[in-house]
Amino acid sequence: MFTAILVMAGIAIVLGLTLGYAAIRFKVEGDPLVEKIDAILPQTQCGQCGFPGCKPYAEAIANGEADINQCPPGGEEGVRKLADLLGREFKPLSEEHGVEKPKSIAVIDEQVCIGCTLCIQACPVDAIVGAAKQMHTVVEPLCTGCELCVAPCPVDCIAMVPVAETVQTWKWKYPVVEIRKAA
Amino acid sequence: MIHSPYVRKPVSVQRTMGLVLLALVPGIVAHALVIGAGVLVNLAISTITAVAAEALMLHLRKRPVGIAVADLSAVVTAWLVTLCFPPIVPWWLTVCAVLVAIVAVKHLYGGLGQNPFNPAMIAYCSMIVAFPALMSQWPPAGHLSFDTQLSLILGGPRDIDGITGATALDALRTGLRSGTQTVDTVLKGSAFGALGGRGWEWVSIGYVAGGLFLLAMRIITWHMPVAFIGVLAAISGLFWLVDPAGFASPLFHLASGGAMLAAFFIVTDPVSGATTPRGKLLFAGGIALIAWLIRNFGAYPEGIAFGVLLMNMCVPLLDMKTQPRVFGHRHDIEGGGK
Amino acid sequence: MIGRLFKFHGGIKPDAHKNESSGGAIRKAPLPARLVVPLRQSARAGAACIVAVGQRVLKGERIGEPEGFLGTGVHAPTSGTVAAIASCPMAHPSGLETPCVVIEPDGEDRWIEHAPFDYRAASRDEALAWLRDCGIVGLGGATFPSHVKLGRGSGIETLILNGAECEPWITCDDRLMRERAVDILAGANILRELIGARELVVGVEDNKPEAVAAMQAAAVGTPTRVVAVPALYPAGGEKQLIRVLTGVEIPYGKLGGDYGVRCFNVGTAHAVYRAFIHGEPLISRIVTLTGNCETPGNWEVAIGTPVADLLALARPKADTDRILMGGPMMGFAMPRLDVPVVKGTNCIISASPRLFPPAPPEQPCIRCTECAKACPVELQPFELYWHSRSKNFGKAQEYHLFDCIECGCCTYVCPAHIPLVDYFRFSKSEIWAREREKTAADQARERFEFRNFRQEREKAEKAAKLAAKAAETRAKLAEAGTAEAPAAADAPAAEDPKKALIAAALARAKAQKAEIQPQNTDNLSPQTQAEIADIEARRKVLEAVAATPAPQAAEAAAAPDEPRS
Repeated sequence: MFTAILVMAGIAIVLGLTLGYAAIRFKVEGDPLVEKIDAILPQTQCGQCGFPGCKPYAEAIANGEADINQCPPGGEEGVRKLADLLGREFKPLSEEHGVEKPKSIAVIDEQVCIGCTLCIQACPVDAIVGAAKQMHTVVEPLCTGCELCVAPCPVDCIAMVPVAETVQTWKWKYPVVEIRKAA
Repeated sequence: MIHSPYVRKPVSVQRTMGLVLLALVPGIVAHALVIGAGVLVNLAISTITAVAAEALMLHLRKRPVGIAVADLSAVVTAWLVTLCFPPIVPWWLTVCAVLVAIVAVKHLYGGLGQNPFNPAMIAYCSMIVAFPALMSQWPPAGHLSFDTQLSLILGGPRDIDGITGATALDALRTGLRSGTQTVDTVLKGSAFGALGGRGWEWVSIGYVAGGLFLLAMRIITWHMPVAFIGVLAAISGLFWLVDPAGFASPLFHLASGGAMLAAFFIVTDPVSGATTPRGKLLFAGGIALIAWLIRNFGAYPEGIAFGVLLMNMCVPLLDMKTQPRVFGHRHDIEGGGK
Repeated sequence: MIGRLFKFHGGIKPDAHKNESSGGAIRKAPLPARLVVPLRQSARAGAACIVAVGQRVLKGERIGEPEGFLGTGVHAPTSGTVAAIASCPMAHPSGLETPCVVIEPDGEDRWIEHAPFDYRAASRDEALAWLRDCGIVGLGGATFPSHVKLGRGSGIETLILNGAECEPWITCDDRLMRERAVDILAGANILRELIGARELVVGVEDNKPEAVAAMQAAAVGTPTRVVAVPALYPAGGEKQLIRVLTGVEIPYGKLGGDYGVRCFNVGTAHAVYRAFIHGEPLISRIVTLTGNCETPGNWEVAIGTPVADLLALARPKADTDRILMGGPMMGFAMPRLDVPVVKGTNCIISASPRLFPPAPPEQPCIRCTECAKACPVELQPFELYWHSRSKNFGKAQEYHLFDCIECGCCTYVCPAHIPLVDYFRFSKSEIWAREREKTAADQARERFEFRNFRQEREKAEKAAKLAAKAAETRAKLAEAGTAEAPAAADAPAAEDPKKALIAAALARAKAQKAEIQPQNTDNLSPQTQAEIADIEARRKVLEAVAATPAPQAAEAAAAPDEPRS
């Protein structure tokens, strides 16, 4: 009886030490979870989630401060991926943070632009070029479509234009499953 | 929008299943002629049950009923169930078995193409576990009249010893286990014919003929029958050469029980079987090995069904590890699915 | 290695239907009323327009300048006037529009001055540039630029000429070989010299005995070998034909050059011959018009001829319900009939439900492995289907999705009538789209992080400047005493350099209000002036916002609401 307890206690101590050592020895550096979440987020840096950028939102998700359904540009698919990654239940996008829209980019009406530089300061990815009292323009390939430049424009010369499908970006559609048809 | 290719080979699941049914006919005819026409009654019962169960399940799963019933897959399952069963099992046993196969094994796993296990073999195994006595009453060839068979099927009184004899495999097992007999003395018994069970040899030959037809029609590939027969012959041959008194010959193993039915019709079930060429060889070979082991050392006289189910479990692994090399990737050790 | 043929795995034998169109000689198609020449001849490369609306162009005049690494020249197929430069539907399954030069022919068909190009006298690079400028691309259907194909790799042993034409219905290469075998071989030998290959092998499927005979007759007395390969779709696939003729297998992502072989289509060889010996750019090609029509045949068609005009030559029967471009195995149904013929257009098929019955409804996969048996690249299509269907793209790639050549064999043989290739095309384009998105996201992340870093840096710099300035101001304030009341009121805050600065700025602003200083923008129009004032105001606010933390920003932010034009 006494021996049994001793043996069990001994085993427990050995295993505990092993686990403790393993935790130190094989410690994962940094917080890969934030990186993983950040990799799923679309990097539009639009702040619709309520955080100043994708990385802060990723950190908030990792810390349990934010839900996974606050990113409209990532869309349902993004939520699904986050749900998979974090082992949580999928939930539809929360309406207060906005709705999923087709990918758009900002276009400045160069006739109307007064060169105020407000949009340049608003752009999270420095995709707008121009100088004070000079015309501004959006570098299209760099624009993430975050819409942050739209509100600050005093003359409302920035429009969000959906990105048109080209032959290079055209995608084959998911084949229609006809199993339900016919009988 | 429909995309290319715009031409299709005139094939269908229905045609494949139809050809399998056609290929079963020689074996069924031999069965009916040599053993008795009771099998035809059982076939009718199982077919009706299978089609009804299939239609019901499709309806419950909200799938188009007509097109899926017309693919004949349920009928193939039903026929295979019946052909592995003793031909005089009572009707309700057949109904139970078919329901297990169609409802539980096929549709609860997602319907045609989704079942990880062979429905007929699950039906066989569950019935032999649940009703061991009924499942081991095999009539000797030509012994029972059609009327007797019919009354037994319809649930008439069963005078076990009067109507059934031990099958060849059974007789061999009990004979050898008694410790007093050798293979030779056992094989002199009334249950045995020239090759295996008396009369059953003809049924086996019928199955072989059907199997060759399937090979010729390219419905099945050579891999599985060759591996199954080859491994069964090799392992039984090896032990037979070492100890002819303790182990039956390869020919006996191949001609008895459901070996030929299995080699061409059961092992080759595409849905639950391995798919790569090497995987098919390992899959069928594994079944033969397990079947031989159970026949010789196990608790049941016939082990093919268990062999099939055990190997079904290995299919994902087999497929993953035996991916064929892809064009141009000659030096890749493993193809896909690493 | 003479005579030995190799096999590739799988393959299918659909009804060839070659006899419908292979009987008659190639005829020259009449010029249409309008030619629509796409500047983008294939999905992968485009050309920059170098003509203007209203400009007169001559036959063979360049209208599109090669753009990018894979770009090639585009030329006017006849003489006439540029009527428009507009977006027109493209010969592509998407039916999307692409910039096109619309030319109204003047009927004179007058050539621009052109001269043969002596590739032996010129350097190799010059010869390749000539090919690019002549707009020579692979005419087998893939329209890969020939100069790129020639320019890569070295130590090429064998040049293979692809005359297999394995797709059903198409006979344009067949007719070309029968009628212009000598020219084809001349072009092929130029290619062989440019690539430095030792031998030239022509592969023709054995269901075209006349073409084999014509090519053999043309090759008599030369070391060129003309080989009849067994008719088995897709023997005309580049990698499949290389395999059959040389036994070499070229994996996905690799070019034949790494393996000492190169493969060109017979039509391309013919175009190369025209380009070098006659100095003519690629402005026409042979197109097979066949299918459910009254007068099938092969026509020499100017690039840019709308399909509708060609159909007038073929006269489709009444029950024609679709028009296919390319063969029935890999072609596509055209969304519209005003699509023009491009360099890759080898065949136009009038399809009827009788000839091309609609596929029966899709049934569940029973894992019969028919598709794996038919796949020429030895894939397991049912596994790929499984993963593509569930959008498990990573798994699909592990099963070598991108080795798929989309030949359609698996769909052809599938007893469950599953459109397997559609699933693979879907998966591929989805993976590509995701890669594009990922690249864009990575770029955005990097730029965002840099911007944040820049802002931090600027803030730090500004803080340093402020500290310096505050010290200066404090000194000034001390000098001025407490003359100005507001500044005095804020005196306790003067401890904080920023607040001191704001106080100073406010004081300055008050002073400015009192006496209006003349500025260099004074003699502008009132409207512009208003705008500038507006901007200035907002800028000031911004500076204040940038310079002050949140609480102070609130009071400054009240300003911009007032002057708005």
